[in-house]
Amino acid sequence: MISHFLKLEWKQYFRSANWQKSVFLNILLILFALYFAASFLIIGIGGFYILEEQFPDKDPLILVNSFLLFAIVGDLIFRYIMQKLPVMNIKPLLTLNIPRNKIVHFILVKSSFSFFNIMGLFFYIPFSVVLINEGYEFVGVLGWLATMILLIQSANFLNFLINKNNISLGGLVTLLIGGFLVQQYEVFNLAGFVGEGFDFICQNPITAIAFLALLIVLYVLNYKQLRNEVYLDALISEKTKEANASDLSFADKLGDLAPFIKNDLRLMWRNKRTKSSTWMILMGLGYGLFFYPQPMYAKMEFMYVLVGIFSTGTFLINFGQFIPAWDSGYYKMLMSQNFKYHRYLESKFTMMTISVVALFVLGIPYIYFGWKVLLVHFAAMIYNVGVNTHVILYGGTFNRKKINLDEKAALNLQGTGAVQWLIGLPLMLLPMGLFALVNWLVSFEIAVVVIAGLGFIGIAFHQKIMAFITKKYITNKYVMIHAFNQEN
Amino acid sequence: MIQTTQLSKKYGKTEVLHIDSLEIPTGQSFGLVGNNGAGKTTYFNILLDLVRPTTGAIVNNNIQVNTSEDWKTFTGSFIDESFLIGYLTPEEYFEFIGDLRGMNKADIAKYLHQFDEFFNGEITGKKKYLRDLSKGNQKKAGIVAAMMGTPKVIVLDEPFANLDPTTQIRLKMIIKELTRDKQVTVLISSHDLTHVTEVCERIVVLDKGNVVKDIQTSTETLKELESYFSV
Repeated sequence: MISHFLKLEWKQYFRSANWQKSVFLNILLILFALYFAASFLIIGIGGFYILEEQFPDKDPLILVNSFLLFAIVGDLIFRYIMQKLPVMNIKPLLTLNIPRNKIVHFILVKSSFSFFNIMGLFFYIPFSVVLINEGYEFVGVLGWLATMILLIQSANFLNFLINKNNISLGGLVTLLIGGFLVQQYEVFNLAGFVGEGFDFICQNPITAIAFLALLIVLYVLNYKQLRNEVYLDALISEKTKEANASDLSFADKLGDLAPFIKNDLRLMWRNKRTKSSTWMILMGLGYGLFFYPQPMYAKMEFMYVLVGIFSTGTFLINFGQFIPAWDSGYYKMLMSQNFKYHRYLESKFTMMTISVVALFVLGIPYIYFGWKVLLVHFAAMIYNVGVNTHVILYGGTFNRKKINLDEKAALNLQGTGAVQWLIGLPLMLLPMGLFALVNWLVSFEIAVVVIAGLGFIGIAFHQKIMAFITKKYITNKYVMIHAFNQEN
Repeated sequence: MIQTTQLSKKYGKTEVLHIDSLEIPTGQSFGLVGNNGAGKTTYFNILLDLVRPTTGAIVNNNIQVNTSEDWKTFTGSFIDESFLIGYLTPEEYFEFIGDLRGMNKADIAKYLHQFDEFFNGEITGKKKYLRDLSKGNQKKAGIVAAMMGTPKVIVLDEPFANLDPTTQIRLKMIIKELTRDKQVTVLISSHDLTHVTEVCERIVVLDKGNVVKDIQTSTETLKELESYFSV
């Protein structure tokens, strides 16, 4: 039975369209995973010595223990956002001659081996090896390591239990921030208190068994809950939400672009994928706050361009790079409707332009860091409108990947092809490099004028450029229809 | 109205469609029948310029579909659920399509009002997104949207599949009504021989991409088709 399941998993993985189609993306993902694994490994090996050097009067293990609470809560929050129990793909199994119990056990056991659980091991195992090497008591460290592994697994199952509403997420965040605050203001050392518990385990490794009991309890709870819910009307049902129709008649002012713009606004509000990328826009807007307060960057004026392009263009980049893949689900229908392609593209352009201007206005408080910053941001805004919008629309003609709007955005690389990555770079690096060059050769003012000037040229030739891009889209029409028909 | 000449579509070496000549006059209700893989949907896809023919062309009301886009102004179509925009409510979807077909809000409301019976209270005013409707209700919405803006040509792929019996009967009445004045050309494909023979004046049978029968519907047509398919 198990071998059947494993075979299915194997085939599911290697036959997924993503795996077969985009070697580039897979390599990137593997590199990404390797990077994380390597980082954890390095921290695991080097962590002990770094702590020893930084805090010579303290025991590194006790230090680590005193921070474990934050690590665990942080891990839970991360899981809460990212990890879901994969239940949908068991639907075809339900009517087959397989006991439900086995299906449920399989899902649960499978979740034990997820990416989230493996990554922690890259830290804890080497760290333990170093501890033993450094003369800590062998059994004690082993007990500690066992506790950590059991805790990771418990977190895995606890997440599935609490991952139902946002109250528990709120609780976790409060615990994290509260714990940090009471420690910061020395009201009560919550993390240290919990840490002492872990110290106790090192001294009495047998207590690790308590965590085994915890894991078993959580597993059984999960099993019971899931066993009752593997029905079409419970867990495996797709929830339908009541439609909320908001009044978008203000968009009618945009004339014949209005129907498309209204659709795009709805697209953004009503789909998981687009909704979860809204917070990326906020992050992009606040991007400068990471840079400007640091005196190191204050003298590097070309960095202003990067921040300016990025903070006024987050929407442009996030939304624009997936034109026209956003409409991939119903692209066939659009192509048989009575409208000029030019109108469709113009509506996307208008959306992006409005967003760029709006984000610039929202970013005006950056003037706090000096008028130069705002001036560069202004030039970057013009550049975004005049150059980057056109570049990104042109990049869309190479778009061959369907997007499933119901999936989340974070770490969702669906719809991305090599071209999306290649196009992303010149959007920011080109103006930055150009600015740096002119700034170095001539002066700051001229550099600003050059960047803004390029933008104005783009705006002046807008009609010509759009006609060219439209032609490109029309020649690529059939290839796109074909590509968007393929399920991932 | 619709002329097909020397049309063929090949994927690699396999030919999925080959029609030397097929002429559909204005106002005809035209049925396309055939087993899976016969080329029905491919034909419709070429007619809607969603797929390019390998050779030949389709001319729709004097417009060659793969060279000019002007056929879009008078052609309405519904091929499958991918023609719907899942995250819109049916009302918003009708508004969108209506907008593209030059209808204003009042026109759209008036148009939809005719279909109250057809919708059976399950489509409009339900506060549901199209993606959350059942397959049958999605189809109803798609078919009604295809007929918006008084098109001269209506293309429906498998319109009867997934519909409940009452709706099937109502749809047949709607199609008959449409073609009564011989102004609107309706193209339908179906696996259900009874429905097509009832609705269409002319039935063409495709097999492996070739036209094997071209029948003016009469009382014997159903028998003829049944004997053809019962091999």
